[in-house]
Amino acid sequence: MIPVECYFALSAILFFIGVYGFTTRRNLIAMLISVELILNAVDINFAAINRLLYPNGNEGMFMTLFVIGVAAAESAVAISIIINVYRKFKSDSVDAIKNMKR
Amino acid sequence: MFSYTLFIMLLPLLSFIVLGLAGMKMQHKVAGLIGTCSLGIVTILSYLTAFQYFGMERVDGVYQTFVPYNFTWLPLGNLHFDLGILLDPISVMMLIVISTVSLMVHIYSFGYMHGEKGFQRYYAFLSLFTMSMLGLVLATNIFQMYMFWELVGVSSYLLIGFYYPLKPAIAASKKAFIVTRFADMFFLVGILTFGYFVDSFSFSFAGDIVMGQGTTPFIEGNIAKAVAAGGFIIPTALVLMFIGGAGKSAMFPLHIWLPDAMEGPTPVSALIHAATMVVAGVFQIARMFPLWIEYAPQAMSIVVWVGVFTAFYAAAVACAQSDIKRVLAFSTISQIAFMMVALGVSLPGHHGAVLDNHAQLGYMAGMFHLFTHAMFKACLFLGAGCIIHAVHSNEMALMGGLRKYMPITHITFLISCLAIAGIPFFSGFSSKDEIITACMEYSPVVGWIMTGIAAMTAFYMFRLYYGIFWGTENKEAHEHHTPHEAPLTMTIPLIVLCVITVGVGVYTTLGGFMEWGGSFGSYVSAAGTDYTIHFNTQIALTSTVIAILSICLATYIYKGESQPIADRLYKTFPKLHRAAYKRFYQDEIWQYVTHRIIFRCVSTPIAWFDRHVVDGTFNFLAWGANEGGESIRSWQSGDVRQYAVWFITGSVALTLILLCI
Repeated sequence: MIPVECYFALSAILFFIGVYGFTTRRNLIAMLISVELILNAVDINFAAINRLLYPNGNEGMFMTLFVIGVAAAESAVAISIIINVYRKFKSDSVDAIKNMKR
Repeated sequence: MFSYTLFIMLLPLLSFIVLGLAGMKMQHKVAGLIGTCSLGIVTILSYLTAFQYFGMERVDGVYQTFVPYNFTWLPLGNLHFDLGILLDPISVMMLIVISTVSLMVHIYSFGYMHGEKGFQRYYAFLSLFTMSMLGLVLATNIFQMYMFWELVGVSSYLLIGFYYPLKPAIAASKKAFIVTRFADMFFLVGILTFGYFVDSFSFSFAGDIVMGQGTTPFIEGNIAKAVAAGGFIIPTALVLMFIGGAGKSAMFPLHIWLPDAMEGPTPVSALIHAATMVVAGVFQIARMFPLWIEYAPQAMSIVVWVGVFTAFYAAAVACAQSDIKRVLAFSTISQIAFMMVALGVSLPGHHGAVLDNHAQLGYMAGMFHLFTHAMFKACLFLGAGCIIHAVHSNEMALMGGLRKYMPITHITFLISCLAIAGIPFFSGFSSKDEIITACMEYSPVVGWIMTGIAAMTAFYMFRLYYGIFWGTENKEAHEHHTPHEAPLTMTIPLIVLCVITVGVGVYTTLGGFMEWGGSFGSYVSAAGTDYTIHFNTQIALTSTVIAILSICLATYIYKGESQPIADRLYKTFPKLHRAAYKRFYQDEIWQYVTHRIIFRCVSTPIAWFDRHVVDGTFNFLAWGANEGGESIRSWQSGDVRQYAVWFITGSVALTLILLCI
């Protein structure tokens, strides 16, 4: 039996990798992947805590599935936005998108 | 009863709207006919009103006051602004004056304005003016009066500036508007003072009120409360209102706009600047008369002396003017001052609601002179219009000897001159004689001054008459263009007004000596009672003799082909003549006072304060906001990653705070 702290550690590591990636990467695709990492960290937490606190319940699991579904939809939307941005700006860097800035 | 009086006000308004909106698409004739026809109906209704009103039984010897319409337009706590129609002897009398003169002017303008650009606009403005003036005299309260008072000011402005491509017309219209507006400011302050202390604007103090169907009752003003608050309040309010009236009625020193207002078309001068609008100030005093006589008898001496001085000043200036319309304008100022004096000399000598004979005399004489003056002065102005139409100039030097060319204008002008000079059997005699009698009873000094001014009136009017119709004919000016009699549309109004002048004159002169009832005093008097005019033979004789003497003097000086006496007088008193010709430098004094003193010493510092202190404060605030925005602008970088860092740092900090608590 793997102790529950391992799940939390994994989740925390994944989350901070995601945050680090999101804040340091300029590439839109890389930022999207970082967001996916953050979401997955949350999923792991949901599953682990559900198992730890309510072994007979399934709500945490359902939530995990729900987050996975939303994440899929979100990445589809995000990728379509990225493609449009690429077409317009000929670049996939966030720094290219600054038409709104003075 | 009297429900049709609403149409007296609505018809001119309707014609103004129709002509104003669609007039430019109409033919000249159609537009003129619409205006004239609607005014014809108004005239018929006015005469019907007068016939019905004066035909009614008196209650306790007094004509009742009718209010066919009255509705609250704007309630403000205790006070409320009403709009309505009030019929009492003076307003019915004014209805007749306004509609008659206005109809004559409408007909006359067909000839005078023939082919002018903006003919339709002209008729639209005439309708607007008529509507406003009727609203002014029919007002049920001071505030309604003030609203229409401003409306007549606007229509006067529009009509003076009718020839707007000409610079003098624009300057004159602005001058008229600004001077009267300046005076109206005092009127407004007076109204508000009165309303604040009395809790009412309505004229219900004027007499017993009979309400029409579906009208709201008046709330009686609480005059006792105002008197308790201080005896000076009502006199102050009344004097402030008088300043407004003095502006509109061209009393010294607010008279400066009226001579310049002659830049407008001549029929307009006849209607607005001689017969109707300029007597609004007199009408206002007559309207507030119960208050003047009851609460401010001492303040009436202000009215008297302003009137006396104005009458003298204007008569003196009129003796030296060369522009015929200017002479008539100053004569108008002088005659309005006569009316003011007449109202002012009505001394309080009454107990309760009964005014004694004396107070009635001045009031009645003022109103009577208003009536007769409107008719003969309109006739004089319209006659002057015919002359200008024939000669194409206002200058007396280009006239002379016109009696051969324009017989009808000549006769009507002569009759009106005799009327204004105060010759018996012409209408001016009866009213002016009553004024002088009232003045004599007030104080012999005022009486003799007014007699002297009446003599000056006769003199300058006949100087004008001889200058136009007799004397040397200016052959040079008439060479290319022989003067001709005006068309029928222009002469008929002259004849009608003359018939009124002579008819009223003969009836009231005979009636005055024989003490007939049913004369003017039976209808209009201060207390509303039947007042029989009877002349004081001594005064009547004196003023007639003086008037005839000054006419003879004018004949002696000005009738001949050459005028040696007049020339010698110019040479003896060149400075006096120059000063009188320049209107005793009143315009220059105003110019100096406004530009050099008020603009420089008051307006310039205020402008500086406004520009530097007021604007400076707001500029500083704007600068601060701008600088603040610039300094926090970098927070909103548009950089998503930076936002994310802030967001995460913030949420971590928040979590830590919550955990620690």
